[in-house]
Amino acid sequence: MQDVSAEAVMQDESAEAIVAPTPAAGTAGPLQAYADDFAARAAARAKEPEGLRSLRERAFARFAELGFPTMRQEAWRFTNVGPIARTTYARATSRAVTAADVAPWLYAGAAHLVFVDGVFAPALSAAGELPAGVTFRSLREAIAAGDPAVAHLGRHAGFDDAPFAALNTALFEDGALLHLARGTVCAQLLQVLFLSTGDPAEPRVSYPRLLVVADEHSSAVLVERYATVGEGETLAVPVSELVFGPDAVVDHYRLAQEGPTNAQVGLQQLHCDRGAHPTSYSVVTGGSLVRQDVRAILDGEGVDAILNGLYLTRGRQHVDHQMYVEHRAPRCGSHELYKGILEERSRAVFNGLIHVLPGAQKTDAKQTNRNLLLSNEALVNTNPQLRIFADDVKCTHGSTVGQLDEEAVFYLRSRGIGEEAAKSLLTYAFARDVIDRIKAPAIRHDLEELLLARLPKGDVVRQAI
Amino acid sequence: MLDIQNLHASVDGNEILRGISLAVRPGEVHAIMGPNGSGKSTLAQVLAGRDEYDVTEGKVLYGGEDLLEMAPEDRAREGIFLAFQYPVEIPGVSNTYFLKAALNAVRRHRGLSELDAVDFLRLVREKMKMVKMDESLLQRPVNEGFSGGEKKRNEIFHMAVLDPKLAILDETDSGLDIDALRIVADGVNSLRSPERAFVVITHYQRLLNFIVPDFVHVLVDGRIVRSGGKELAFELEEKGYGWLEQEARGGASAKPATVGAGA
Repeated sequence: MQDVSAEAVMQDESAEAIVAPTPAAGTAGPLQAYADDFAARAAARAKEPEGLRSLRERAFARFAELGFPTMRQEAWRFTNVGPIARTTYARATSRAVTAADVAPWLYAGAAHLVFVDGVFAPALSAAGELPAGVTFRSLREAIAAGDPAVAHLGRHAGFDDAPFAALNTALFEDGALLHLARGTVCAQLLQVLFLSTGDPAEPRVSYPRLLVVADEHSSAVLVERYATVGEGETLAVPVSELVFGPDAVVDHYRLAQEGPTNAQVGLQQLHCDRGAHPTSYSVVTGGSLVRQDVRAILDGEGVDAILNGLYLTRGRQHVDHQMYVEHRAPRCGSHELYKGILEERSRAVFNGLIHVLPGAQKTDAKQTNRNLLLSNEALVNTNPQLRIFADDVKCTHGSTVGQLDEEAVFYLRSRGIGEEAAKSLLTYAFARDVIDRIKAPAIRHDLEELLLARLPKGDVVRQAI
Repeated sequence: MLDIQNLHASVDGNEILRGISLAVRPGEVHAIMGPNGSGKSTLAQVLAGRDEYDVTEGKVLYGGEDLLEMAPEDRAREGIFLAFQYPVEIPGVSNTYFLKAALNAVRRHRGLSELDAVDFLRLVREKMKMVKMDESLLQRPVNEGFSGGEKKRNEIFHMAVLDPKLAILDETDSGLDIDALRIVADGVNSLRSPERAFVVITHYQRLLNFIVPDFVHVLVDGRIVRSGGKELAFELEEKGYGWLEQEARGGASAKPATVGAGA
């Protein structure tokens, strides 16, 4: 464990959440609000298939058992969800979102589905003409229509140890489904936009859900983006479930770009069959508290998974990535590169575990987390770990936390580059490899611009690159 | 051009430069020699503006201006170039991008228009030939994965592109084989002009066979203990530094440099 900060690691014990595990019936309170919401959705559940109904019931029961996590739990040591546990959220319902609200968040030319507070907004969406074999639609509609891909829903995204995932499973109203039939190649960029709407009058919660089912030898590029409209405190509790069939090649970019009063606690679950080549990016540039659990199960021979991430934090943002990669089969590769640039009083947590099961020989796993602190008050907790039960594997991990290299700054300045420009250039250079590895040009360009815009001398850097 | 007067500098309370006086006029090449730890590199770093050194006494005038008041980037823009003893590796910043940003910063300061991509490339290609540098090194991150010789050649290449008035070469010869040394020296010699001055810092006389200095100064314990013409370098090569160190430490009057003064 590496704790690096100019200040001591501050653990606000008093702010730690201590929450009764079971909501007492009839009493108002944060947990009661979830129970009431679950009860209110009984009629909607009744129309769903039996399998989903019982899944939701199990999920809610599990949430009631677990309650919200506290900082005494290992996986939550550095992330305090006490404020979330103590807040009574209303389910977000108003849908006053216009095309103008949505436009800045859409990629040009992308077939897009827009969800407002987790619910499909057909008027804002344009899936266009997609190749045969591509199903890209509302999950609620797919469930109602008996779409066979829905059979995967909840099969992989476990919630036994994940109260937020349990909450999502119990309460999600709608979501996005992407199904790629066997051999389907979708060249057009696909985008799912989850928009939260804030309301200054009350804190609001939503449950975005994404299911991707890529059948054998299919291929696509998908962006899953989170943004907010309106002022006020919001909480998003998303679950993304991605199921990759044999030899499926899918690039998935998850961009969390909400505002400073918007929290998000999400799970991203990847299940990979033999020969699958998933690429999954987690990019966080916004939000107040962003917690993202990424779990990848490599469940067949020859999977090659790329799991990269970039977080740019400032203000009092708190970004926590929990990575879990499970190698179940031989000859699989997993390559994780996560980089963070922290400004002001922001904090980041990276906790990664590579778990190699017996029999997963010839595993090639690499996990790297690098952090650049641009302020003396920023703080990072990083903890890469290996758990290996096979003897013929190549596993490496490493993490660094550091500030800009003074010698490099001086070197640049001694050639005539101003101090701020030198620092901007080095900061950009730090993030560059993660951005350069993004294959989708639109997303790469977008992130490049976003980073440049944040640098004090982004214009100088732009001229230089 | 450069007038160093009784310069004292220390790092973490240890005095390293203890009263250096030296004047450099346009067109001159000054060699500064001395044993390890004598303060040669400190002098170079102080002139370039490294802020970990505290100047405790004395002053430095550059073109009549107070050099020590200037930020490192302003010194560079005013024409001072330091070739580093240990060029810094900068992952993620390509050599070309870096140089373009630097050159345009310098040109803006001098009231010249920025070079467009075509003119910049033309200039860069021409200067690369001068130091026989492989063009592939342009696209690579600055100094990353460069061999020792490539790094030193890259420094001279940067110098050629930035066109300084005063170039300070800090042990540019260290670690170079004879071929690389010759290339570096040829690069420097081709840049010699009546307007440009050089301060060449070296531990060994060898480099001075290729870059023939007008003046040689010997630095011992943070002071210039002897100054002379190029023949002083041969004397040092033959006799080593010991006799001068002894002389300096034995309390013999170490006269401040006078050769070349009076700019």
